[in-house]
Amino acid sequence: MGTSHLPMKNLLRRPGRTAALVLLTALLAASVFGGSVVVGSLRSGLESLQARLGADIIVMPAEAESKVSFKNMLLQGTTGAFYMDASVLDEVRAAQGVEIAAPQTFLASLKADCCAIKVQIIGIDPDADFTVKPWIDESYSQDLGDMEVAVGCNVTAGVGETLKIYEQYTHVVAKLAETGTGLDTAVYCNMDTMKKLLAAAEAKGVSHKITSGSDVISAVYVKVKDGADVGRVNNWLNGHIRKVTAVRARSMFTDVSDSLAGISRAAWALIGAVWALALVILLVTFAMMIHERRREFAVLRLLGVSRRGLRGEILMETALCGLAGALVGVGVAALGVFPFTTLIETKLGLPYLTPAVGALLKLAGGTILATLLVELLAGTWAAARLSRTDPGTTLREGA
Amino acid sequence: MLHAENLSMRYFRKTGQANHFHAVKDVSLALRPGEVALLTGRSGSGKTTLLHMLAGLLTPTEGRVRLDDTDLYALPDAALSRLRNAKLGVIPQGRSAVDTLTVLENVLLPQQLRGEKGDAKGALRWLEALGIANLRDARPAELSGGELRRMAIARALAGNPEVVLADEPTGDLDDENTAAVLSLLRKAAVEEGKTVLLVTHDSEALPYGDRIYRMESGALSAQSEE
Ligand SMILES: Nc1ncnc2c1ncn2[C@@H]1O[C@H](COP(=O)(O)OP(=O)(O)O)[C@@H](O)[C@H]1O
Ligand SMILES: [Mg+2]
Repeated sequence: MGTSHLPMKNLLRRPGRTAALVLLTALLAASVFGGSVVVGSLRSGLESLQARLGADIIVMPAEAESKVSFKNMLLQGTTGAFYMDASVLDEVRAAQGVEIAAPQTFLASLKADCCAIKVQIIGIDPDADFTVKPWIDESYSQDLGDMEVAVGCNVTAGVGETLKIYEQYTHVVAKLAETGTGLDTAVYCNMDTMKKLLAAAEAKGVSHKITSGSDVISAVYVKVKDGADVGRVNNWLNGHIRKVTAVRARSMFTDVSDSLAGISRAAWALIGAVWALALVILLVTFAMMIHERRREFAVLRLLGVSRRGLRGEILMETALCGLAGALVGVGVAALGVFPFTTLIETKLGLPYLTPAVGALLKLAGGTILATLLVELLAGTWAAARLSRTDPGTTLREGA
Repeated sequence: MLHAENLSMRYFRKTGQANHFHAVKDVSLALRPGEVALLTGRSGSGKTTLLHMLAGLLTPTEGRVRLDDTDLYALPDAALSRLRNAKLGVIPQGRSAVDTLTVLENVLLPQQLRGEKGDAKGALRWLEALGIANLRDARPAELSGGELRRMAIARALAGNPEVVLADEPTGDLDDENTAAVLSLLRKAAVEEGKTVLLVTHDSEALPYGDRIYRMESGALSAQSEE
């Protein structure tokens, strides 16, 4: 029997009731979508950080603060500068079990120099580097030339512009893809350029604490040979090279992945609680609504709507509400999460990278589907309760 | 012809030592096309229960309801619902409006449930005959009890059923409207050959009936022909 026009009329002509249902559903959908986007972003942030790091061991100066500022540089993009003699590189390369050793040199720009904020300048050796170089290659096919720089996606300067660093003019030749880490606020150059910048900085009175004349580096990234024991190599480096600390890259970020796991757990627990609550509220709401409307439904049966037709009517109403609610919820969550990516990133102090569009769409689709399913479940339950009573019995009640 | 054959209804309910209540006891009757049958009796005597069983809305605990050769309660729900829609016009006691639809939409609903567009002109004629044509676009919440009752009558008749089952259709009407409704139902039987059953307390209704059934404590106690 054709009841197809009824659901829409029922929804539109009871705007208060419909809005309440849509809102409730939207809450459900928003919590799931928002929560999983945040958790997903944290996860892909960590993955991207690990990929960028890609090293087994990082060797840096033994100074106590070097480890902390190194980590903050990666996670939050704060600047840090610490140095050791470039000869450390050769010592590391000579060590047994070391496959590749790549140096990097850090320099913090002055605030007034180029950008609104201080940026970290990272010098790399294009021939040896295996962490930042592949990433630069994605956006710039040539090697970085003299006084050429590549910039992270959060640096305001664009390709073709000139960046003034310590009175030196550098040319931006590439803008790098987002990583969700502190690397997005850094500027990258080759070692020759770095030497010039270091000299210019020294001329401005920024000392790097190493006797002038000798070369300096800030860190050495080590990849160990296949089959070599990372722990053994790490210990050896710590024991045999003076005034440096060798740190296993994995151990450096265990606390990051720990807090990530904690946040994920908390987020899922919260989502679960919201769902349990919303499901109970939905079931109660549906039960109340069906009870309130049982006479109307009995009249429809009286006029010739079958049990099945009535269930279809109720499910169509719930599906329409569910769909509208899910769309609103996903939309609201998107508006609440995406514009505040940077804020979330700095508040959490964790790498945070929004998943790719495809993954986001999948997430949104999944959320909408799950929401619809829950809604239809509640509707089916309510409809089943309704069809247990003869319409005659309902019509006699309170007549 | 609509036949009731040994219809009984027991409700589950504590009554004295028994755990069920015998609301309708072994009722048999036959309603004929072209005739108006009246069903009277005191409140609580089982009239509404009997009417609902005749209308295919309440499964009897014993007995059968037959419309011509069709045993109503032997039909699957979908077929029984279709039959209710096509052949039975029921005017229940109390409110029976679909609140989200206007008066006219309510009256057209049985036809639209069949998949038809609905005969709006015909529906309006019924509303006119019942004196509520001016309310065609009003929502049920805005109507009085008597107006709602007349809307339900128009809805039952506009669907062009073979059988009209009306449960105290004049209960909340004034004398003038009572007379109009009764003669309308009488006309439906006499001129269009419909089978009409009218549950009523109203002594005013007596002249409109061809046959009068009396119910007492669930049983038919008397049957008289006018
Ligand atoms: N669902 C029910 N459960 C229990 N008792 C009922 C139910 N429906 C009706 N009854 C009882 O059946 C009797 C007949 O009711 P009803 O058919 O409405 O009488 P009438 O229409 O003649 O006033 C009443 O005593 C009523 O209380
Ligand atoms: Mg009654």
